[in-house]
Formats: sequence, C-alpha cells, structure tokens
Amino acid sequence: MQTDAPPAHDSFKGWPPPAMDPAGPFAAPLNSLTWGLLAVVATVLAVVVVALAIALFAPRAWRRRLGGERLVWVAGVAFPVVVLSALLAWGLSLTHRMSEPPRPGEERIRVTGEMWWWRVAYLDAGGAEAFQDANEIHIPTGRPVALELESTDVIHSLWIPRLNGKLDMIPGRRNILRVQADKPGEYGAQCAEFCGGPHALMALVVVAHAPADYEAWKARQAAPAAPSPNQAAGKAVFDRAGCGACHAIRGTDANGLAGPDLTHVGARRTLGAGVLPNNAGTMAGWIGDSQAIKPGNRMPAYPVLKGRELREVATYLEGLK
Amino acid sequence: MSGPPEASETGFDTALYDRFPTKGRRPAGELAELERIWCAPRRWEWITVINNNYVGVYYVGAAMLFFVLAGVLALLMRAQLALPYNGVLPQETYNQVFTMHGTVMMFLFAVPAVEALGVLLLPQMLGARDLPFPRLSAYAFWAYLIGGLAFFCSLFFGLAPNGGWFMYPPLTSTTYSPGINADFWLLGIGFIEISAIAGAIEIIVGVLKTRAPGMSLDKLPIFAWAMLVFAGMIIIAFPSVILATTLLELERALGWPFFDAARGGDPMLWQHLFWFFGHPEVYIIFLPAAGAMSTIVPAVARTPLVGHWLVVLAFLATGFISFGVWAHHMFTTGMPGVSIGLFSAASMAVSLPAGVQVFAWIATVASGRMRFNTPGLFVLGSLLVFVMGGLTGVMAAMVPFDWQAHDTYFIVAHLHYVLIGGMVFPLFAAIYYWTPMSSARPLSERLGRWVFWLMFAGMHLAFLPMHLVGLMGMPRRIYTYAGGRDWEWPNLISTLGAFVFAAGVLIWIIDMIRNFRPFGPKDAGNVYEGGGLEWLPTGLYSTRSIPIVRSLYPLWDQKNLGRDVAAGRYFLPGTPTGGRETLVTSPINAEPQHLLPMPVPSGWHVWAAVFTAGFFLLLTVQAYVASVASGMLAIACVLRWCWFLDHPQKQRTVDVGAGIELSTYATGPSSTGWWAMVTTLVVGGMVLAMSVFSYVFLWSRNMEAWRPPPGTGSLAAAGAMTLAAGVLAWLANHRLVRDARHGPWQAVAMILLSGALLAAAFAVDLTAWRGGGLAAKLSAQGAIVYSILSWQGFFVAVSAIMALYVLLRGLFGYVAADRPATVQLVGLFLGYTAGQGLVGLGLMRLFPAGLS
Repeated sequence: MQTDAPPAHDSFKGWPPPAMDPAGPFAAPLNSLTWGLLAVVATVLAVVVVALAIALFAPRAWRRRLGGERLVWVAGVAFPVVVLSALLAWGLSLTHRMSEPPRPGEERIRVTGEMWWWRVAYLDAGGAEAFQDANEIHIPTGRPVALELESTDVIHSLWIPRLNGKLDMIPGRRNILRVQADKPGEYGAQCAEFCGGPHALMALVVVAHAPADYEAWKARQAAPAAPSPNQAAGKAVFDRAGCGACHAIRGTDANGLAGPDLTHVGARRTLGAGVLPNNAGTMAGWIGDSQAIKPGNRMPAYPVLKGRELREVATYLEGLK
Repeated sequence: MSGPPEASETGFDTALYDRFPTKGRRPAGELAELERIWCAPRRWEWITVINNNYVGVYYVGAAMLFFVLAGVLALLMRAQLALPYNGVLPQETYNQVFTMHGTVMMFLFAVPAVEALGVLLLPQMLGARDLPFPRLSAYAFWAYLIGGLAFFCSLFFGLAPNGGWFMYPPLTSTTYSPGINADFWLLGIGFIEISAIAGAIEIIVGVLKTRAPGMSLDKLPIFAWAMLVFAGMIIIAFPSVILATTLLELERALGWPFFDAARGGDPMLWQHLFWFFGHPEVYIIFLPAAGAMSTIVPAVARTPLVGHWLVVLAFLATGFISFGVWAHHMFTTGMPGVSIGLFSAASMAVSLPAGVQVFAWIATVASGRMRFNTPGLFVLGSLLVFVMGGLTGVMAAMVPFDWQAHDTYFIVAHLHYVLIGGMVFPLFAAIYYWTPMSSARPLSERLGRWVFWLMFAGMHLAFLPMHLVGLMGMPRRIYTYAGGRDWEWPNLISTLGAFVFAAGVLIWIIDMIRNFRPFGPKDAGNVYEGGGLEWLPTGLYSTRSIPIVRSLYPLWDQKNLGRDVAAGRYFLPGTPTGGRETLVTSPINAEPQHLLPMPVPSGWHVWAAVFTAGFFLLLTVQAYVASVASGMLAIACVLRWCWFLDHPQKQRTVDVGAGIELSTYATGPSSTGWWAMVTTLVVGGMVLAMSVFSYVFLWSRNMEAWRPPPGTGSLAAAGAMTLAAGVLAWLANHRLVRDARHGPWQAVAMILLSGALLAAAFAVDLTAWRGGGLAAKLSAQGAIVYSILSWQGFFVAVSAIMALYVLLRGLFGYVAADRPATVQLVGLFLGYTAGQGLVGLGLMRLFPAGLS
C-alpha cells in the first residue's frame, strides 16, 4: 500500500484537534476543561521553573529565602491543595452524567464492537431492533442520542472526540454514551481500546442529519434492498461466492449475521470500517484482497474471482443505496 | 547532631557506644583474615558468588541490558510510525513489539533496576557487611536473568505476547489468543514477580535489621527510607498481579471462567486486579528513584536535604495513597459516578507528596550551591521532566478530560514524561554518582554531559509532540495510520527524538565500556563528596569496621570517621566467629542485638534459579511432565540450600569489638529469619485478600446464580481440624524452647501432626465441594471457589514439604532446644496456613449463604 494514501473520509482529520473542536453540548464542557487545565498546568510549570531558576542562579539573599522548609509547605503543600481542590470540584461537576438509562422518547442506537468493525442497530421505542447498519452512526441534530455500547467478543472503545469522550464496550455489560451534534455534519470516530490485530484500522463516521432528513434516512434504511434488475450478474457472483453466508441483504436470500449488513452498503461513506472511500473500484479491490488492505480482518481474500466478476459484484453492491 | 537516643529499645546499654572509636593498634592479620573470608570465588566459580558487591553490579547490569533491548523495540516502533502506512513492522510483529516494550520496560527493567540499586547500595549505606540473605538476592538475580532472557527471546520466534502489557481479557483468552504467546506473558511475568518479591523481602529485612549501630530511624538515609516503602509496596501490590496472572492462566489452561462474561465471569475483574498492582507499580518504580534524587541533590548542592522529614512522610503518603488510585485507568469503562469521584480525588491527592518532594529538592538547591556535573544535570533534568509529567497526570486525573485523553498518545506522552523524569533520569544520575563507589575509575564528565543533553533533548522531541497528536485523535497501540490527517509531522519529529535519545544512551554505553572497572582492589572513591556511609573506604567485606552512626550525613558530621573505620576502631573489626557475619540491630534505634553468620558462595541457589526458570518455561510450552520435574528439582535445591542454615556457632557469644559480647544465634522477632517469614506470609495474605475481593466481586455480578455451599458437617470437620493444626503449630515452637527436657521429638511430632491435619481438612473441604456438584468450568462461582481451594492446597503442599523437612532434620539431630529457628519458622508457616484455611472456609461456606 502506498505510504501517502489519504484517509478514507474527510471527517478523519487531525486539525483542528478533534478533541478540542467540540460540535455538541457533551463535548463542549470537556473542551473548556481542557483549556482550563492547560492554563493551570502552564502556570504551575512556570512557578516551578522560576523557583528552580532562582534556586540555581539568583544572588545568595534570594536563594536564602527559598532554601527552607517554608517553600515546601507553601509551594509543595498549600498551593497544590488549593489548586487541586478547585480543579476537582470542576471536574466532578461534569462527571455525573454517565450511564443513565435511556429516557422515554430518546433516540436509541445500539453499537456493538466487533473485531474489527461496528455493528449498528437502530432501536424502536420499545428497545427492539428496527434494522441494522454498519460502520456509520446516523443521528438527528439538536437532541441527545443514547448509544448503547456492547461487545460480543473483546473490549472495544467508541471515541467520537467532537461529540463526547470515549466509553468502553465490554462483553457482558452495556454502557450508555450520549452524544449530540448541534449542526448537520460528519464526525470521525474510532476504536480507542486495543482489540487485537488490525485495531489501528477500526474507524467509523458519525453522520448528523437535520431531524426531518434523519427520519427520511431511517425510512430508506429500514426498507429492503432494491437492486436494479440489470445487476443480476453481480448478484449471481455474490451468491456463487457464498457472500450471503456472512452478510445479510434484506429482501434477498443473503442472511448471514457474522459480517456487516449490506442492505444499503452503496450508501456508506467508507469501506472496511473507515479504511477506504466507498466506490465501485475500492469495493472490487476490497472483495478481491481485503487482507492486503486490512491484514487480519475476518473477511477472506477472494483470489478466485476474476476481474470481470469483481467489477460485477462491486457494481451490484454499489447499487444498493 | 545528637548522639544515640537515651531510651533503649532492646535493653542494650547505649553508653557502650562511648567505647568507640577504640584506641590502639588492631592485631596483625585481622584484615588479611577478613579479606580471605570475603574473597570472591575464582574462575568459573564466579557464578556462585553471592556478595552484594558482585550481585548488585550484575543485577544493575542485567536491568540496563533489558533497558537497551526494550529501547531497541521502541526505536523499531518509532521507525514504523515515522510515516503513514509504513512497512517497517507488519501488524502482528508491531503488536508483539509494543507489548514487549511495555512489559520489558516495566517488569524487566524498571522494577529490577531499582531493586538492583538497593542490593548494590543498601549494605554500604547501612554499614552492613552484606544484605541479610545474600543467597536469596543472588537467587532473585539469576531467576530474573534466566527468565527474562528466555521471555525476551520469545520475540525471535514470533511467540511473544501480543495483547498489550496490560493483557486485558477477553482479548487474551484462548478464544482470541489461541497461541502460547499470552502464556509466555502470564508465566514469564509470574516468574519475574517471584524474583521481585524475594528482593523486596531482602530489602525490608535488610533496612530494618542490619543497620549500623546508632542509625536510628531518624538517621536512616533517605534512600533507605525510599527502599523500605518501595519494598513494602511490592509486598502489598505484587500479590494482586500474581493472583490475576494465575486466574487468567487457569482460565486459559483449564477453562475456568473468571473473565468470561458468557459463564458469569467479568473482564472487569482483571482490570481491577491488574491496576491494583499496576498503578502502585508506577510509584514502586518512582520511590527508589526519588530516594536516589534526595540523596544526590544534597550531595551535588553540598548541603543537607531541606525538609528531610517531609520527604519521608511524602514517601509514606505516596505508598498509602497509591493503593487508592488504581481505577483511574478505568474511567472510560462506565464505572458509577461515586467511585469515579473517589478515585479522581485520590489520583489528585497522590500528586501532593510528589509536589512536596519537588519543592524540597528546589529548596535544597537554593540553600546550597549547585554543581553542574553529570549527576547534577540529570537531577535537574529529572526534576523538570517529572514535573511536566506530573502536571499532565493531574490533567488525566480529571475524569472528563480523561474521557478524551484516555488511550491516546496524550497518555503515552504523559507516562513517558513521568517514567523518564521520575525514574530513568534519576537512575542515570545514580549510575554516574555511585559508579565511583564500585569502579576503579569514575565515568567521564565530558561524555556524561553529551549523554545528558542528548537524552534530555531527545525525550522532549520524542514525547512533547505526542501530547498534541493525542488530542488530534491518534489512539495508542496502532501499528499504522493513514496519511492526510496532519499526524505526519508530529510523528516524524517523535521518531527523530527517539533516535536522539538513543544516541545519548549509546554514548553512555561507550562511557561504561571505557571507564567502568568494577571488582578491583581500589575504587575511585567519593568523587562527588556525598555524606553517606557508602563512601567509607571498603573492600568486599564492606567497611573494615562498622561505625556508630550519629548523624544523617555521618561523613560530613563525624570527624575522622573514614580513618577510624578503616583502622578497625569500630564494631566487628575482624571475624570473631571465623566466617562471614554481620551485625543485626533493632528496627527502631538500631541497637546491636546479635551477630548473624552469613552464607558462603555455593551453587545451590543458581541451580534453584535454573530449575525455577525451567518450571515456568516448560509449563509455557506445555511440557507438563518435564515442568513438574524441574519444579521438584528447584524445591530440592532450595531445601539443600536451607540445610546449611540454622546451625548454631560453637561460640554462643562473641566479642564484636571493645569487649561487647553479642549472641551468635537468635530466634523470634529479633532474628532476620522471623522477619523474612512474616513478610512472606504477608504476601500470601495479600493474595488471599485479593481472592476474597474477587469472590465478592464475582458474586455481586451473579447473585441469582450463586449456588448454596455444601452441608455444614464438612464445614465443622474441616474447621475443627484446621483450628487444631494452627494450635499445634504454635505449640511446637513453645514445646521445643520451653521444655528442653522433652527433647526434639514432641515438637517434630506436633509439626507433622499439624501438617497432616491441614491436609486432611483440605481433603474434607475439597471432597465436600466436589460432592456438591459445583464444577470449576461451568460458572464463575465454581472457578473462584476452586481457585481459592487451590491456593489453600498449594500452601498445604508447602506445609507438608516443610513438615517432612523438619522430620528429616530431626533424624539428623538438627532439631534441638538450642536451635529452634527451623521449627519456629515452619510453625509460623503452618499457623498462617491454618488461618488462611479458616478464612477460606468462612468466606465460601458462610458468604453469602450465612447472611440470610
């Protein structure tokens, strides 16, 4: 793979630092706290450096003032107690919102960490699964959304720095992460807990829609796949290669559960959990040899498929909007 | 400075101190005799050496070898991350390399390095001839070196662990890590822990019991205070990771589901156990380094440490608070808000003692006149870097900030600032400062400056940008990243910095090769003009005579001390028993209590280390029969080594100088063996305490599924037998000492009966659980119940071996009223085993069933 390959999606950018570029009310106080902490840290460091400089280089009289236990009591005990207590109070005031169960009427999305992708299920008001998607989380703007974080294999951690801090996905437990985006947009996210093999290549995109657009998107996603009839060749390749053993395409007889649901895969922004941009070319490349692109991932390479077959199946899948 | 305290701790008349320094010439040949007795074994027999002057140097050397090896791994990682989608290390190799870098740095470099510093420096600082159990520290060293090298070599076969140094299950369970890579970690580290604990016991007993007369706690060198707290923390913290590694290995090998959520286990249990060890571990590493800083800063500033007592209190406070911060590694796991608040507060509180130390050092610098020599530069650099790391630590202790920073490169930067500033730089200061004590030549000041400035610049270049790239979204433990995310420049600079840092280390190696000449007849001496006893003129026997200490800085405050000590005018100028020996003093006031005969070189501890390593490594590669055989051989070697011990000298008392007579045999709390046994049992007790925690934790996750225990009949029988075993163990020692007319056999019989009762009680308990149908594989309750039973079974087995050992010594005529130590110590062990059995019975039979 070429070393200057760009990220798969524009939302995976490093500048401005996403952890300090909040896009909603959950991330904003964390950003204020970060700046506050940076200011405190810079001040304390300056105090230490100045004290040390005086201790080293100042005239004897100055040094004598510092050279006693009083300095230890004042600068080493009293000063930190005051500063740390104030910081602690501030920090704890932001801490209480964890793990509250979903409130009635709140939008609920279950995000399950898998090795090495994200299973995303949209829940109805009763908590039942309405439909599945993968590697993208779509949310409405302007209101909190409860992400129910789970894992069925190892520990993962969902981090959407512009919308909130990270929270782990732990087998046997369910954590609730609330996010809210103020404006429509796309926000990069990734797995933050080492989960083995290609952990480095486990990203996702959060897409915030205006509320009406969100409802429309959900209606589209809930519908079964609608392949156009002139893609029968691609579907035939898909069936022949046994893709349906792992992948589901609602409305067809592909009903595998191990891998991502592909019902609307053509509408996704990335492939391979944020590794490649999504188009027919990358799709063909991914199917042909995903192991070269994301070594260790659970999808085998398909060297048996010829170029023409790869193009057909990629076109078929890209058509599933 | 005041003289020895008036009130006596032991009944020793401290007025006797006034007899020193003695007048007149020492007899001819006395020094030659000392030299003959302490002379090191020659040629190939050097491997059997046990003197701390040798073992300490080997030990530091081995630790630095692992520092360099793990550093090379770091360079490989930095090379891989220098460019996006770089191809230097493939994914699997990278995952093994980062796991090994963390593991080797923490377990094979940091802890052994500071422990080695203690082994090398403490006897000299305390005025002892050697540490109280030199063979134990030699065993700890060999076990560590052999085990560590074998562990490291797993990398060359692609078998190195790849789950991160924190080894979180379920990623490290057999389902997701089917190879033996994870077993290498679990067994390799389990093995290194044994070595660390052995060293800690040695250090605790050494600091408390082998100080120079008059060195009461208020005159204990600050480094020794740090080592004492350090060793105490190892004793409390390491059992937790021993338990954790044992449980995970049991899950991997036998399928017991401690961490498997599907069968009632919980991966969070591992995180609690691991971080209960893992965070104190950071302070375990930091404290000895802080002790070295607090020794070197006064020396290079030529003035006593300002706030000595505040610093001592800071050490103790660090030790206590550090056990309340483990969960700050788990702020993103969704813990309840209340516990998050407590751990956040404790994590901030733990920075207070660090602040006290930093400002005590600054005040010391201000009150003296700093010299900018190499140790001086390293302590100043350490101070700055450590403060920066501490401040980002305060940031990370703020829970909401940690939600952003956790598991990103911000934390990578933070921890390297803390560890390099708090441990690596002080260690290099210590190496430059104390080399003249061991080597015929000091290290080069000219090269030393290069070493410092390259390492200082390199570390900032490498780690400062990581703060930023972490906030830019770069998570930890990623083997590659895509381009176009603005991470390229910070990463390239970091890589450059890593190589600059490495250049500093390389120059240090060159300096060592050119100038480090240990084990010679002469050393370079007090180049940096320190004030501690370690700068007295020494040979392999340590100082010619053991001085009376009347000051925190005896060399600065006690006139002519070096001359008088070298002239043999203090305690123990010769060898009254004709063998290796050292003074044992009381823990608080350091009043002379008795003379401790010391062992001579032999191969048994080396063989014991080889076979212990063999046991663990063969277990890893699943050669079970060979492994058990190797384990038995290790036990046999240890017993053979113990066989030399507990033989009274011909002279019951001897003149240790100026006509002061001391006993040559001791038992009970005045003896070093008693302290060592009690410390060992604290380790056992901590494993038990963490097991109790695990039991209650798993119960709280499975309350509905928790099955009732077997019937009370077996509980009563096992309880009664265990209680009787405990009473017998206690009586045996009593019988042997108080009623000499009974001869040894009643005591031997009591020990044997006690061991037999323990075994019977264990069998009854185990049979009852098995009869009750609880299976270890099917539920978390089964797993934890059988693991607590196994822990008791292990102690019962050791008890049985010890009881048979007492029987064998009885048959050889080695059990008698004049040598009760073996019976006493075995009695202590059996008594503890009985107590542990009762706790286990009470817990598993009565909780939670007894609550209803």
